[in-house]
Amino acid sequence: MSDERRRMAGGLDYRHGRIELWHGSGGRAMAQLIEELFETSFDNPFLARRNDQACFEVGAGRLVMTTDGFVIAPLFFPGGDIGCLAVHGTINDIAMAGARPLYLAVAMIIEEGFPLAELKAIVASMAAAAKAAGVAIVTGDTKVVERGKGDGIFITTTGVGVVPTGVEISAERARPGDAVLLSGSIGDHGVAVLSKRESLAFETELRSDCASLHDLVARMVEAVPGIHAMRDPTRGGLAALLNEIAQQSQVGIALNEDAIPVAPAVRGACELLGLDPLYVANEGKLVAFCPAEDAERLLAAMRAHPLGRDAAQIGTVVEDDRHFVQMQTSFGGHRIVDWLAGDQLPRIC
Amino acid sequence: MTTVRFIDEFRDRTLAARLADGIAAAARPERAYRLMEFCGGHTHAIFRYGVQDLLPANVKMVHGPGCPVCVLPMGRIDHALQLAREHGVILLTYGDLMRVPGPERMTLLKAKAEGADVRMVYSASDALACARANPGREVVFFAIGFETTTPPTAIVLRQAKAESLANFSVHCNHVLTPPAITSILASASDQADTPAPRLDGFIGPAHVSAVIGSRPFEAFVRDYQRPVVIAGFEPLDVMQAILMLIRQLNDGRCEVENEYTRVVTRDGNVKAQALMADVFELRDSFEWRGLGWLDRSALKIRDSYAAFDAEKRFPLKSAAIADNKACECGAVLRGIREPVECKLFATVCTPENPIGSCMVSSEGACAAHYTFGRARPALAPALADAG
Repeated sequence: MSDERRRMAGGLDYRHGRIELWHGSGGRAMAQLIEELFETSFDNPFLARRNDQACFEVGAGRLVMTTDGFVIAPLFFPGGDIGCLAVHGTINDIAMAGARPLYLAVAMIIEEGFPLAELKAIVASMAAAAKAAGVAIVTGDTKVVERGKGDGIFITTTGVGVVPTGVEISAERARPGDAVLLSGSIGDHGVAVLSKRESLAFETELRSDCASLHDLVARMVEAVPGIHAMRDPTRGGLAALLNEIAQQSQVGIALNEDAIPVAPAVRGACELLGLDPLYVANEGKLVAFCPAEDAERLLAAMRAHPLGRDAAQIGTVVEDDRHFVQMQTSFGGHRIVDWLAGDQLPRIC
Repeated sequence: MTTVRFIDEFRDRTLAARLADGIAAAARPERAYRLMEFCGGHTHAIFRYGVQDLLPANVKMVHGPGCPVCVLPMGRIDHALQLAREHGVILLTYGDLMRVPGPERMTLLKAKAEGADVRMVYSASDALACARANPGREVVFFAIGFETTTPPTAIVLRQAKAESLANFSVHCNHVLTPPAITSILASASDQADTPAPRLDGFIGPAHVSAVIGSRPFEAFVRDYQRPVVIAGFEPLDVMQAILMLIRQLNDGRCEVENEYTRVVTRDGNVKAQALMADVFELRDSFEWRGLGWLDRSALKIRDSYAAFDAEKRFPLKSAAIADNKACECGAVLRGIREPVECKLFATVCTPENPIGSCMVSSEGACAAHYTFGRARPALAPALADAG
């Protein structure tokens, strides 16, 4: 006991310390972890009150709520880590309704033995991402599971936001004739993460595109309040997103491969690994569907923002009772862009 | 590695249009050209880039059996399942194989969910590394593929022997390309009563030919009187090969031509061949899904490497297991049926829930057709306006 007391007195040992079971058991160790790490990093008056919930005023408009679980290997990758990803991901899910994100809640499930130094880095990254986005992390929860029963750390974030009156963005609202706009190049996140996988490690200067998109969305909604549908292409890539919208809106989508921006480094990696960039994950891109007559105005608003600099119209919504996504290939033929079955795998032949 | 050069050069739309014009001009309207691309890599390129759209209606591509996952019979999948479920090994294999249905629609992926230790690897050397890292466990590499993936398996077997790695073995399913091509035509001539449409020529394999060279196809051309053009996996390679085949057919020539001279030589990679010969020998006969038992069509591990042969190391039950009766994978692999002609296609059999192996790998004719090729012609004009 004296040993434990000494450690308490000395503060968290970030150099050699690891998460132990008692960090999640509700006792003094947990209180110390919350106070020294979470409260200090996330630093806001809601958290400082130490309630099991946060209480706040909500202004006019409709409330938006979302939740997202984050599991990723490796935890740290070029351009980001699981911490900032957990903040950006939930902020983006809120923003895709055209909403302004207000607050986040975070739940962490940490495996016994997880290095405190890594936890500190992850928490710092979350705090920085939240601060940059102007969104406070106002409440949270920590659990510790026995060694072998987790994969380092799992993070769940929940967020709330407010949609301005008059904005009605939803996945079933795409209409034949709508322009399909993409905010920038695809596949950067997925390839950056793959490059650090143990079994696949390769050198690349590529970084994840992981970013909060709510500011870009605010500019877009300002320019064209009548955007029909919007979504960010994460797992499953651009292809999954387009199929989801086609299904929800009961339409088809016609794409032009030439118009879809792909960074040379992403093309190179996909070429070597036998992957298709259309199916590779992103964490800082969005796709918007708007009436054709608004397309140029929306595109201009996107390109005026740093996160939409390379925005392009990549296709058009068409009538199709089978809800296919089809593409005119750069080569001059055409093909279907289908849902992915299982995971994308390198080819054998 | 971030810059991979010379991709666009082989996918250039202007060159493609020029080749398409050349093909349209060369193809005689009074006849049809049925050409088989043997390799899954070519099938994939044809669908992914929409090559068929650039061909005249009387030039038809038929998709062959050159997909390693597609031709593996159920009995071999059953071996993999036995190793993983009954012998407690770490079973390593290439990703696509994990979804191939075996007996009673069991897959390696399902076995993994049940608790079997099945892992996906990207290369044979990853398998060896896994064995070194787990000295207390039996590690089996379930090796599949044509001549392209065989030399890497040979290398790891030699390394394992040199290191006296006691916990590593290979379950060898490597198969050979020339016997399969021969079988497609031999069976067509055997069954004269089957109304199998004639195959006029073949696009020969790309990477396989880099290893074995173009020479092995010379006997085939002589015996079966069909032209072969070896081609790379880029869409322009495929179109150039189609043009070369049409010219041969028009001229009444029957030769092995090499479109892929930037990689393939007549003798191939002699060093890789020597490696394969050191470690492997021919099997008397091997079962291919869809093609049946073919003589001298596959490789087994030589006795000098017997300690590393999983088939010798583990008591595995071998049973002949029939495919689903309604599944037309066999006819599809021979080019007799098109995927859409199978009753199961896109109804019961989909990439999410494959019945036959051709629906599993993206190189399989059914999966490629399902994933890329179901476009309705009525929509094609809308694509021209896209963007």
